Amino acid sequence: MDKTKPEMTTLLNTTTMYQPSGKTLISKKNISGAEAVILSLIAEGVDTIFGYPGGAIMPTYDALYHYMDQVRHLLVRHEQGATHAAQGYARVTNKVGVCFATSGPGATNLITGIADAMIDSTPMVCITGQVTKELLGTDAFQETDVVGISMPVTKWNYQVTSADEIPEAIAKAFYIAKSGRPGPVVIDITKNAQNEMMDFEYQKCEKVRSYHPYRKLDEAKLDEAAEIINNAVRPYMIIGHGILISEAQEELKAFAEKTGIPVASTLLGLSAFPNDHDQYVGYVGMHGNYGPNIKTNECDVLIAIGMRFDDRVTGDLNRYAKQAKVIHVEIDPSEIDKNVKTDVALLGDAKEALKSLIGRVKEKTYPEWLAEFAACDAEEKRKVIEKDLAPTTEKLKMAEVVNKLSELTEGKAITVSDVGQHQMVVSRYYNYLETDSNVTSGGLGTMGFALPAAIGAKVAKPDRDVVAIIGDGGFQMTLQELGTIMQEKVPVKIMILNNSFLGMVRQWQQLFFERRYSFVDIESPDFIMLAKSFGIKGEQVSKREDLETGLKNMLASEESYLLEVIVEKEDNVFPMVPTGASVTDIRLE
Amino acid sequence: MEIKEEEKRFTLSLFTENKIGLVNRITIIFTRRKMNILSLTTSESELKDIYRFTVVIKTTASQVAKVVKQIEKQIGVLKAFYYEEEQVIFQEIALYKIPTKALFGGETIEHIIRNHYARILTVEEEFVVIEKTGHEHETQELFEALKPFGVLGFVRSGRVAIPKPMRKVMSYLQELEDLAYSLDN
Ligand SMILES: Cc1ncc(C[n+]2csc(CCOP(=O)(O)OP(=O)(O)O)c2C)c(N)n1
Ligand SMILES: [Mg+2]
Repeated sequence: MDKTKPEMTTLLNTTTMYQPSGKTLISKKNISGAEAVILSLIAEGVDTIFGYPGGAIMPTYDALYHYMDQVRHLLVRHEQGATHAAQGYARVTNKVGVCFATSGPGATNLITGIADAMIDSTPMVCITGQVTKELLGTDAFQETDVVGISMPVTKWNYQVTSADEIPEAIAKAFYIAKSGRPGPVVIDITKNAQNEMMDFEYQKCEKVRSYHPYRKLDEAKLDEAAEIINNAVRPYMIIGHGILISEAQEELKAFAEKTGIPVASTLLGLSAFPNDHDQYVGYVGMHGNYGPNIKTNECDVLIAIGMRFDDRVTGDLNRYAKQAKVIHVEIDPSEIDKNVKTDVALLGDAKEALKSLIGRVKEKTYPEWLAEFAACDAEEKRKVIEKDLAPTTEKLKMAEVVNKLSELTEGKAITVSDVGQHQMVVSRYYNYLETDSNVTSGGLGTMGFALPAAIGAKVAKPDRDVVAIIGDGGFQMTLQELGTIMQEKVPVKIMILNNSFLGMVRQWQQLFFERRYSFVDIESPDFIMLAKSFGIKGEQVSKREDLETGLKNMLASEESYLLEVIVEKEDNVFPMVPTGASVTDIRLE
Repeated sequence: MEIKEEEKRFTLSLFTENKIGLVNRITIIFTRRKMNILSLTTSESELKDIYRFTVVIKTTASQVAKVVKQIEKQIGVLKAFYYEEEQVIFQEIALYKIPTKALFGGETIEHIIRNHYARILTVEEEFVVIEKTGHEHETQELFEALKPFGVLGFVRSGRVAIPKPMRKVMSYLQELEDLAYSLDN
């Protein structure tokens, strides 16, 4: 040992790279690594696993067999489904979603969902089997470099090659996945590690020395932010997923009501602030509401909380909120000044930040400023919403379908939308009145997300209505998960908005490629017959007068139910901020 | 209109845990942004078990700031710094393999070696290995000077650099610890 070097470990008062809590939750002598995996998950409070077995993870599945009474495992039909289901589970509970997959193809099938969880900050732990240690690097049967492949899309990943590493690796995985800005973690466990015997002792991880998920908020910056807010004339707040992640809904409401500031939401922030609140002005982004988009360039103070200025929100950055003083409340230091230059960065947890701000801000109201938003709403209503909701066309429009669903569920269902026009319509027309109700793939825009994600959401929240709203295209990407719904009897409601097109791409081809419809015309199977073959009831609705009954039938069903709604083929989603345009240039038609 | 920012050389000093895969985690951050790594070296630092990566890249000031934050975010990276050329003392080492017979062609080689502050590491029957430390242009100059004698092999290391600022890494790490916050508090 080199005695001349100072040991950082002692200096920083941590004994190892990772610091266990010191409280042993479970201990058991002489068990297999595989059993240790299961016991570790149980110690972390895991009650649900989404997975698919195979050679390299068989020992772990064998161990699971003995704990079936303590953990529910859902056999998905494709590993991608496992990840999205775990995401759905995580998004409505803020708990860590868990997936199992075997090595090679099992693990590579997880990648889309892992990437999705990474970009949408969703806590997830994926456990993959791996070939035995001696075979690593030999192109053994079903060997892929999962750690290498998943590295760019994981918050952390680690390969376990001996049983005694298992509890520490899993403890660290859960801690990292859940804390700070959440994200996916992959733990790849070689087969020998699953088979080896060990003495098991589980302690939760409380600290990793190279990882600082939470920062103390800077008092001076809080004062500075409060002063800016107190002197603002046209302050505007955009909230994101961070509110839901930090569970800051109450604090947000209190802060908003005290300051009187108008609140808009990003796509992933939807349902964090009730849609019927006087100060709620709508949602921002490419297909967001008119007022919230253009007012971004008219406010004098922009308070962004738990959002990351995605390009779909900002449009052209050179013409985004340049006039405003920007206050960015954000937990991830790398997001500060990444896209939008901030005047005051409040680095820390959104809930803590709001708690610390509320005592510093003055009670105010902005009736005139809010009235400006209302004027925009009136214009949007006239030019877009009225046409969408009271169409003169014969065919149903997606908007009226979603609006009716919203009415019938009183804004209290969990909507799980897929990707495309219908997704934008859901975010525009579902009237969220309850929190944690919007599950969708935002950052990655993964078609095929909704059906498996809805399974995860429903399993996590059996008492709530969970409605998957999916396009005819996206449904065909993961429709095999109907098998999971059948076998596990998950009563998710599935609503397919069938426009016989890859609608969103078609819309772009119409608007920006002179109607050259290049491979967006998509045929579908008979969805009702398909559902039936999985033992799932369903019906098709194409007439306006049948819509309400169809929706009611779906909602009333005790079991899963598939409602296919035939909608207008060539409908477009407006408003729209074309790519590269400024939010000010939002088009209403 | 945005003014186009000038690209410059930056030296990154990264303090990390000694963990398998970290090099990969760090380098893909550059790859993803299509940034070329000019050099990369790693060794244990002044702190036990803590490794120091020295990475040289050519990019803009705003880009380097973002990339360094992305690096620092990786689990296993303790602290990441970046410096402009004037803020670091840096060196590279180069080895040159030339035929032994070149030594016996008068005094020229000896002169070259002396003038370039290089030294002979070993003399074998067939070849000689010369070593020189310096900046890239200096080791390159020696290479050019030796060329006429037939360079059998040439290798230059990545940059190693020591930043000029006096603050110790430890104090930064301590500061991070102090800023760390537990939500249960
Ligand atoms: C996996 C994947 N492939 C391709 C795309 C590109 N894409 C975005 S929206 C869309 C069309 C979706 O069609 P559909 O599911 O029928 O929904 P609609 O837009 O018609 O409502 C496509 C192809 C994507 N987002 N994800
Ligand atoms: Mg479609």
